Amino acid sequence: MSKVRVLAGTRKGAFVLESDAKREHWDVSGPHFGGWEIYHIKGSPADPNRLYASQSSSWSGQVIQRSNDGGKTWEAVDNKFVYQGVPGTHQWYDGTPHPWEFKRVWHLEPSLTDPDTVYAGVEDAAIFRSTDGAKTWEELPGLREHGSGPHWQPGAGGMCLHTIVLDPSDPDRMFIAISAAGAFRTDDGAKTWRPINRGLHSGFLPEPTAEVGHCVHHMAMHPSRPGVLFMQKHWDVMRTDDAGDSWQEISGNLPTDFGFVIDVHAHEPETIYVVPIKSDSEHYPPDGKLRVYRSRTGGNDWEALTRGLPQSDCYVNVLRDAMAVDSLDSCGVYFGTTGGQVYASSDAGDHWAPIVRDLPAVLSVEVQTLA
Amino acid sequence: MIRVVLPAHLRALARVDGELKLAVEGPVTQRSILDALEARYPMLRGTIRDHATGRRRAFVRFFACAEDLSHESPDSLLPEAVASGAEPFLIVAAIAGG
Repeated sequence: MSKVRVLAGTRKGAFVLESDAKREHWDVSGPHFGGWEIYHIKGSPADPNRLYASQSSSWSGQVIQRSNDGGKTWEAVDNKFVYQGVPGTHQWYDGTPHPWEFKRVWHLEPSLTDPDTVYAGVEDAAIFRSTDGAKTWEELPGLREHGSGPHWQPGAGGMCLHTIVLDPSDPDRMFIAISAAGAFRTDDGAKTWRPINRGLHSGFLPEPTAEVGHCVHHMAMHPSRPGVLFMQKHWDVMRTDDAGDSWQEISGNLPTDFGFVIDVHAHEPETIYVVPIKSDSEHYPPDGKLRVYRSRTGGNDWEALTRGLPQSDCYVNVLRDAMAVDSLDSCGVYFGTTGGQVYASSDAGDHWAPIVRDLPAVLSVEVQTLA
Repeated sequence: MIRVVLPAHLRALARVDGELKLAVEGPVTQRSILDALEARYPMLRGTIRDHATGRRRAFVRFFACAEDLSHESPDSLLPEAVASGAEPFLIVAAIAGG
């Protein structure tokens, strides 16, 4: 019988939650690495017992943990993230040049085919890769050395590379997003990158349609259609049908198009999910109602999903890496909040229930569907 | 043997309890102690001093014999009481954060 494993990274440790395919009763293990910030944990699609976790703190910097048994035991592996060459400068908040400095790993993306290969998106923005199970890391410097790099600026959360999307049909193609530089794509295995921000409009920029400078919050893809990407931007929900060469807004009837998460149904490539947040200064749901919005038409027409979610006095946030889907039939949808709840729906969003409700603030949620 | 005390979160990371005892070759300095510490507990690399610069991390301090040695040169000799093992070398994390 299938099982589901939810990996929750929180402000004060990691938690692993497991259930059978009914997804009604959950065993919770953790906190792993108590007291440390766990920005992200993710399992290898090629070996679901291989997990990688990003563990960090302001005191002691970055640690990477690896598990070979589905999160029961962990070992600290290499944490040396050193930029290649002289890293140069990007813009600081005040527009002055600021040297590139490694701060933390925001996102770990295991290879689709090799459990020992994993990519790391870091702050200050760059992408690293390990091909030996995180025993060593090397920067893939073509991204940071893109000619626009000196003009990238941090968003409020730092200049982080927070999203890595691998193309299952083309191992040389991947997509990344940086706050606040925008989205980029490589077609040659990360040697060279191009900004893919045409169609984005950011009112805070002197040139709102600039090639770089957009605050992309997250992107998602359905593996059956790797040329179609969905994006939650600082404001605006967007889609591209040509691998990022052009974007169209699909915010439609959303109550607000600010937010952080976006994800795609496991079996319906045109069914997508967002959690609207009131504004960039008010990081909580509009009207105190926690609502997931679902579009079954690839955007523009959205329905509020509220059953089982708090519909009064709710002022939590849902951060960019804190939504995921399982691949059971029917599709499960999961998200975590800054209030410490992880909500799950085993019917594609029609009904929700908290599978754990009193964790530290949730930073990330990933799901594994296990045979 | 040199005695070293780690902050609690680094003891957890290194999976050790209480005080550590390290053999240090040559002059006993901050650098030689940290080199020996990281050689024995590689998971501590980068958590006390920065990988790229080698400098002490901002929220970490070094104390011994009731003195703050954080701003001493990493190659200065530490007090004889540390070198003899009479007093521990304390690696202290700032009391800060949420």
